[in-house]
Amino acid sequence: MKQFKLLLRSPWFVFGAAMFLFCIFVGVLYPMFSHTDPLLRGALPFEGPSPDHWLGTNGEGQDMFSALLFGLRSSLFVGIAAGIFATIIGTIIGIVGGYKGGWVDNVLTLVTNLFMVIPSILVLILIANSIEKRSMLLVAFIIGATTWPWTARAVSAQTSSLKNREHVSLAKLNGYGIISILCMQILPYIMSYVFMVFIIQMATGILEEAAISMMGLGPYDSVTLGQIINQAQKTEAFSNGNWWAFMPATVLITALQFSLYVVNTSMEGVFNPRLRKES
Amino acid sequence: MVTFVVAISLNFILPRLGHSNPVDTIMRKVHTPGMTSKEYKKRYEEFMVKFGLMDENGKKTTIVRQFFSYVGTTLKGDLGVSFTKYPKSVWDILKTALPWSLWLQIPSIVIGYILGNILGALAAYKRGIYDKVFYPLSLFLMSVPYFCLGIVLVYIFGISLEIFPPSGGYAMDMMPSFSFAFFASVLYHYILPFMTMVLVFIGGQAIGMRSMSIYELGTDYVKYAKMLGIKERTIVMYVIRNAMLPQLTGLALALGFAIGGALLIEIVFSYPGVGLALYTAILEMDYPVIQAGILIVTVSLLAMNFIIDILIGLLDPRVRISHESRVE
Repeated sequence: MKQFKLLLRSPWFVFGAAMFLFCIFVGVLYPMFSHTDPLLRGALPFEGPSPDHWLGTNGEGQDMFSALLFGLRSSLFVGIAAGIFATIIGTIIGIVGGYKGGWVDNVLTLVTNLFMVIPSILVLILIANSIEKRSMLLVAFIIGATTWPWTARAVSAQTSSLKNREHVSLAKLNGYGIISILCMQILPYIMSYVFMVFIIQMATGILEEAAISMMGLGPYDSVTLGQIINQAQKTEAFSNGNWWAFMPATVLITALQFSLYVVNTSMEGVFNPRLRKES
Repeated sequence: MVTFVVAISLNFILPRLGHSNPVDTIMRKVHTPGMTSKEYKKRYEEFMVKFGLMDENGKKTTIVRQFFSYVGTTLKGDLGVSFTKYPKSVWDILKTALPWSLWLQIPSIVIGYILGNILGALAAYKRGIYDKVFYPLSLFLMSVPYFCLGIVLVYIFGISLEIFPPSGGYAMDMMPSFSFAFFASVLYHYILPFMTMVLVFIGGQAIGMRSMSIYELGTDYVKYAKMLGIKERTIVMYVIRNAMLPQLTGLALALGFAIGGALLIEIVFSYPGVGLALYTAILEMDYPVIQAGILIVTVSLLAMNFIIDILIGLLDPRVRISHESRVE
């Protein structure tokens, strides 16, 4: 609780968190009240911004403003879901490896390091390329399944430094099973670390979704920010200078990334005592 | 080494997860209305043999045999034939693309790493106003996705101001040759994608170096050195040297992101590297090119990792000494 108050006093944290929450707020609310279909080809291609179309139209004559906000919602959904998947997989692998030690840890660390070296974007391209019907949830799962090593590594390091604490030994002596020890004695103590990596995993999820969508391998059932850019690229909005077709999406992705990184680093400043004293 | 085996296996397994038979997908494309069913069957079998799904007698092979034949041909450097540019082999396509990619990636990573570390250490040492401006700026640069910065730069400098060419690796009316004009054109087209790579890379490295150096500056040896009245520059050099090692390990991890980012930068700038080749291959569903492109990127990444490992071994006295004592 004390740490949470410290967080709220950090201007960087408030700034980043407010920015991200505002994006979620807009991304969730606008599509609920909007009656503009982002897929409707209701105008001429590449119309400039006007009162009817606040951000103009794209190469297909679709309204960019609603595409942007619908895209924001899908990108957030994919990012958050991917972050959750990655966190669950990574936490389980990390906590088991770190607690068990020995050969279990060795094997799990080997697997973790393997997936850390091979960039997830490459594995993503391979998988996404071989599955034709990619829903948003599936894309999120694939992203999570390739980015979990970062969580696993952080969790495993924290767990192995915790496992010889007295309260853990006490629980062991009392005959609690491994699952209840992990959940009751270890997980609560590493929650802040897990959450910090979760923030980064969300950022990675949003980024990777944008990246594979740009490659033309995004989810088929919705508009996402990456697909807006992909669309602009395919219709040559770049060379025609139709900035409204790609700039807002680019800025929005950057803003999401920046806000999440700011939240993460400011949390690190509070939770990591080594960095705290100087700031 | 283990990573390499896994990379090859993933490359074999993953594409087979979705559609069970890549040949069906090709045949859908190769199939023309005028084709008789006999011709169709002949082409089909031809492709089946080519992909190792069938042996010459027309019997279907098992998945294990497919795997070994895939590994065998890959190790021989035979990456197969492109679907869409049919007689052209995959290797021919990637051979021309790979140098462009490496030429974009390696110099920008090296320069970004050096500049980022120097700036990060300076920020940690000077603090004050310099750090106040520098820290948010590099935090921002670190979090900007490579391709987003690329798009912004292309738009501002390439399209609006027309200072730099917005796309391509060299002027379109030129043929690759060993002439001065060609190299000048290559350099001119290089600036924007290179700047994009370096700027983002500096951000991440500088942030890491800054916190490493803050930690180092608080250690006893620095305080002692200050009390002895050693010159500031010498102290900073010591700090940089000690903080550099963990940074080098960090570099190995940052490589994956940087290279993934570079692939996307190539798409934004239509830079003729592996990333653009992958992008066109995905658009045209040219599976062998996609598969081989991914493999080549993975292999070059592993090679870079290996070089970094050797560098760590050379620079870290602890690793060096443990090696020397083992030899004795």
